[in-house]
Amino acid sequence: MKEEQNSPEEHQESAKGSGGFSRRSFLKGLTGTAAGLGLSQIFNPALVSALEKGLENHPVVWIQGQGCTGCSVSLLNSVDPSIKKVLLDIISLQYHPTVMASEGETAIENLYRIAEAYKGKFSLVIEGAIPMAANGKYCVVGERGHHEITMLEMTKELGEKAGSVLAVGTCAAFGGIPAAKGNLTEATSVEGVFKKFSIKTPVINIPGCPSHPDWIVGTIAHLLTKGMPELDSYNCPVLFFGENIHENCPYLDYYEQDIYSRTLSDKKGCRMDVGCKGPDTYADCFRRKWNSGMNWCVENAVCIGCVNPGFPDSTAPFYESL
Amino acid sequence: MAGCTPEAVPAGATGKKVKVAIDPVTRIEGHLKAEVEVKNGKVVDAKIFGGMFRGFETILKGRDPRDASQIVQRICGVCPTAHATASSLALDDAFGVKLTKNGRVSRNLILGANFLQSHILHFYHLAALDYVNGPDVAPFIPRYKNNDVRVDKATNAVGVDQYLEALDIRKVCHEMVALLGGKMPHVQGIVVGGTTEIPTREKLDAYAKRFKTVRQFIEEKYLPLVYLLAGPYGDLLKTGAGHKNCIAFGVFPMDDEGNTLLKAGAYTDGKDTPFDPEKIKEYVKYSYFEDGTTGLNPTEGKTVPDPEKESGYSFIKSPRFNDKPHEAGPLARMWITNPELSETGQKALGVKRVRDIGDAAFSILGRHIARAEETLLVARAVEQWLTEAEPGKETFVPADIPENAEGLGLTEAPRGALLHYIDIKDRIISNYQITSATIWNANPRDDMGVRGPMEEALIGVPVPDPENPVNVGRLIRSYDP
Repeated sequence: MKEEQNSPEEHQESAKGSGGFSRRSFLKGLTGTAAGLGLSQIFNPALVSALEKGLENHPVVWIQGQGCTGCSVSLLNSVDPSIKKVLLDIISLQYHPTVMASEGETAIENLYRIAEAYKGKFSLVIEGAIPMAANGKYCVVGERGHHEITMLEMTKELGEKAGSVLAVGTCAAFGGIPAAKGNLTEATSVEGVFKKFSIKTPVINIPGCPSHPDWIVGTIAHLLTKGMPELDSYNCPVLFFGENIHENCPYLDYYEQDIYSRTLSDKKGCRMDVGCKGPDTYADCFRRKWNSGMNWCVENAVCIGCVNPGFPDSTAPFYESL
Repeated sequence: MAGCTPEAVPAGATGKKVKVAIDPVTRIEGHLKAEVEVKNGKVVDAKIFGGMFRGFETILKGRDPRDASQIVQRICGVCPTAHATASSLALDDAFGVKLTKNGRVSRNLILGANFLQSHILHFYHLAALDYVNGPDVAPFIPRYKNNDVRVDKATNAVGVDQYLEALDIRKVCHEMVALLGGKMPHVQGIVVGGTTEIPTREKLDAYAKRFKTVRQFIEEKYLPLVYLLAGPYGDLLKTGAGHKNCIAFGVFPMDDEGNTLLKAGAYTDGKDTPFDPEKIKEYVKYSYFEDGTTGLNPTEGKTVPDPEKESGYSFIKSPRFNDKPHEAGPLARMWITNPELSETGQKALGVKRVRDIGDAAFSILGRHIARAEETLLVARAVEQWLTEAEPGKETFVPADIPENAEGLGLTEAPRGALLHYIDIKDRIISNYQITSATIWNANPRDDMGVRGPMEEALIGVPVPDPENPVNVGRLIRSYDP
């Protein structure tokens, strides 16, 4: 098994060490642990300095549709930079239903004020799918002057005004579970809505169920410092979604020797026979791992292909081989 | 400008009813709106609107039954492990598998770590901004003009410091979940037949090392801060009672006989009643579901949305036990189990057990106290499970998908009682029904016209300034919806 990442303990240390946070320690945190993660090219000193100065002019607005808040919770698990740093210093998070202090009209008025004041400049993050059936009634996200605002309406209005849109998580990127077979709400991805209503704002898809915190923070950082990252044909950053899981799997040797796990708890083999969708999946989980490097799906069980455009229908049944 | 008030009625006018809406209610999971009528500075009527429907139950139909425990986790990114657990219990039941001891203990360690994560996240990152002011930057501003934060400067600083520290602590809890569960949110590890990863000594040690930090935080920071709030916010121990009915399904099996750390039971109209899942019915008169599907037990449940229904105002069904509304969550569990309070709690309240708190338990602050006390109770159990987990011992029992079978999974999410029901026909899912925790608390009126638990608990809550209806949000968030 290749060790390209700091050990969990070192990872922990660098996260803890970033408590006071000078710019130097911020950089150290980023480049230190990011070196092996393919993030290093995003963060060089001049760019980070620009990033910190540029905050005021670049608010981030985060809205939620048909989702589970899992991508927001995942973002909270960001290690380098820590979520504390992300919230207080790196992004100016002007609207986030799960995190922000305000509620009701105070929150909604601020949202539309920011969208107007920073028209064409702010980044819009969308988590969750957007239901199109029944005029969007399946997801109501607030009200303004006694008018009920649906997720569909908010996506259209803010989507037009945003400088760029990040569709975070497989629901926003591709429809995900709400859009799976059997859905009654016509749950749709951000790009699906934009296409239908001819909205031209560029969309970056950051799939994953949930999305990895590094994929979210890394893409935002790239956008703020270097502009649009290189995207694949599904508009996902190549930086994170360019490599095949199976081809890079630490258990690939087993596959090459035709040794397969027989049950879900049998770790002495390639997991393909118990359903692993690694061969069909492009994401860097095999190297990055999850939750400060503690574990990842294939080490624990199988990959269910949660970043795939057709997830879950195209990757189910999860526990049957391809 | 906060709350939306009709122009003709001066806000806060005495003797006149003022309608106040909060939409969205934030710092919760999901989409909720609250509408209250205020008279003489108090709430006299309330409606809670559930604003989203995805249709998990119809999406699950026709799938491989084993996939359910993955799909259902996406109901809630804060408590996916609870949905994985409920689903796996339903599947264990349908498949007829009996877990190994190590499988049971591993599931407890995964779910237990997520309980700690969820409760800490709830208190600090969802609820605390109702009681202390965050830094003066977004997303901590804007806030209500008069947000009724009453703590002194020093206490506020402690609150903010702990808010930030808790961001790390809850991340560490997720690391614990991931060590045995694969990743968080949404674990791979909890499946029908047990768990997928046999714990190694290294992983258990890594879990234990992290747990030590978390436990210390709970004892030294979380519990004391909750009791500290009872000083400046003592009046919040006297408001938000609701129906005072509780329900719990039981969680954390402590032995192979199914005895649980937190007990199953119901408490209705002041009396303890044994819990029986057959006495649950889900009503839909005021929910956006077809009227013909009302009054069904979840094992016969149907999910037929009707978003344009005239009488509907919520996508949440109204579950009732013995035809009465019951609240679920830490308070319900702690009331039913009635354990001894922590030393901190006993000292602060001058009583020994949860029920000794009496009526004050059924209040805005009472629910926070119950949650904090439960966090320590679960932490103590985690310590025990760590000694019971055996490195290298099997955690998984393979089983074939049955041709036709039914299964019921009853457990508890951090925010309350959770039921999953599966009906398998021809080896695929023919019906799947979920009665989740927040459904118990945030439901609309039932067919008999009786308010849901959260709606009822809003009655009498002080709203001295309808432009700044702070206590409405405080009450709603005390349930951790």
